[in-house]
Amino acid sequence: MESILFLADFSVIRPEPGLMVWTLVIFAIFWFLMAKFAFKPIQQALKTREQDIQDALDQAKKAREEIEGVQAKNEQILMEAREERSKILKEAKDAKDAIISEAKEQAKAEAEKIVERAKQDIENQRMASIIDMKNQIGNFALEIAQKILQKEMEGDKNHEAFVKSQIENIKLN
Amino acid sequence: MRSFLLSIFAFIGLSFTLAAQEHHSEEGHHEEMQASHHESEGHDGCSCHHEEEYNPSGVAFHHIADANAFHIFGDLYIPLPCILYAPEEGLSVFMSSAFEFGHHGDGKKAVDGYVLHEGVVMRVADSSFPKEAVAIECFTSREAEKDGKAVEIYQVVYEGQCYDLDKKSSFDGGILGGGISSYYDFSVTKNVFTMLLTVILLFFVFTGVAKAYRTRAGQAPKGMQSVMEPVFLFIRDEVAIPFLGHKYERYLPFLMSVFFFILGLNLIGQIPFFPGSGNVTGNLAVTSVLAIFTFLVTNLSGNKHYWEHTLWMPGVPAWIKIILTPVEIMGLFIKPITLMLRLFANITAGHIVIIIFVSLIFIFGDAGESVPGSVAGGVIAVPLTMFMMAIELLVAFIQAFVFCILSASYISAAIEDAHH
Repeated sequence: MESILFLADFSVIRPEPGLMVWTLVIFAIFWFLMAKFAFKPIQQALKTREQDIQDALDQAKKAREEIEGVQAKNEQILMEAREERSKILKEAKDAKDAIISEAKEQAKAEAEKIVERAKQDIENQRMASIIDMKNQIGNFALEIAQKILQKEMEGDKNHEAFVKSQIENIKLN
Repeated sequence: MRSFLLSIFAFIGLSFTLAAQEHHSEEGHHEEMQASHHESEGHDGCSCHHEEEYNPSGVAFHHIADANAFHIFGDLYIPLPCILYAPEEGLSVFMSSAFEFGHHGDGKKAVDGYVLHEGVVMRVADSSFPKEAVAIECFTSREAEKDGKAVEIYQVVYEGQCYDLDKKSSFDGGILGGGISSYYDFSVTKNVFTMLLTVILLFFVFTGVAKAYRTRAGQAPKGMQSVMEPVFLFIRDEVAIPFLGHKYERYLPFLMSVFFFILGLNLIGQIPFFPGSGNVTGNLAVTSVLAIFTFLVTNLSGNKHYWEHTLWMPGVPAWIKIILTPVEIMGLFIKPITLMLRLFANITAGHIVIIIFVSLIFIFGDAGESVPGSVAGGVIAVPLTMFMMAIELLVAFIQAFVFCILSASYISAAIEDAHH
């Protein structure tokens, strides 16, 4: 008895045409209006936003790649500059060394020249002094010889003439 | 803090229990008086008798049922438009307030041969019953035999005479205690009212959200927009896209409509007072229509591949095809039928369980006789009801999601490209 009452009163399980028609109409209108005024615009907005986000991310990635490229380029330029600098430094050093060695050689040559000249001078001086000495020695010898001869030939005119001729011979030499 | 919460909890429970107790004992008293009054008159065996016992299943079925008036509290009802069609009489349109709401949703008057019993319009099957608005005495019932089964037929007592009442027509073909009767009810019932309210609410919320996307383009979501967006994205990314692939956008509005329609109705049905309490998604009429929509969307978008696999499965021996084809054709209908029954059963069961838990107060309190019993019932009923309501909140989301995801999977089977 109770179970039959159960069934008799359990009205929600009986699909009533009125409620079905109303549900049909309400849901159809709901579907149409929501699609037109809510779901499609929202979906469109979300899609646009997702696209925007994707674009922004892509752009950021691209910018990062670009920066990385620029950085690599900078690095390269820096390295090149460094190489250039070391090259220049090396060249400068070489030039310096060359200049120094050249200067040294020049100085050496100059010094040699000076020494040569000095030697020449000394030689000249020596020759001059030798000649001088020769003259003086000659004079001394003459004087001495004169004196000796004077002493010996104070009475001999022949001697005097002979000596004089001898002296002239020497001069000619 | 904990003891404070507990005391608040106990206070709410106790006052709830006592209020319910008082309300019911008052009713009991009133009914008793009415009953004795009518019994003393004694019209040839037809009298107004009332159940003195508290009947929890009756209460539960009454509360989950559709109604032609919206019960607020006590004897206060919001009248709803009645649109009734009886093939032999024609159309009757009037507000349900014409019945003059009495106790338990029983109308005090009959209008155009219709009466209001427990908030539901019923038609007097007897053609001798007056068609104009007349005052009626009360309602009763008799047991009768119908197709070998014992059924209860409601009766209205008018001028000492009992008249049998017809239930509104339904499409169950008599197997669920209904069938086509002498009239159809196309009224804006409590369920229709709730549905309209929910739909309007959802429409304004979502057009607001859509507007926010337009006016705040390029900005982060805010307010209602940020509440709805994760739900929208969840359905789109977890339901529509995985199942429907690149064709998802065509079916997205349908899936969204189904999800939010069911979710909205499930949630509004959780509110135990006006404008909630309508058991809309727990009514087979509603879930069947939703299932019909899924059936139509699925089969109207079915491609050659789908129909080939349904009607004449390629690559299997002919004798298997003879077995397979009827099974597949049955499957076409069984799929939406399971959708319909799942949603209906889940929501109805949830509502019944909550009502039964609240009924514990009356069962323990001997229908208003014993105050300590009622208090004990309340102590048990309040936490159980709260627990059940929490579960129901979860079920509201799960069932909306399940209906949506299964619809998506049926549609996906219909639009799938041949790739094997």
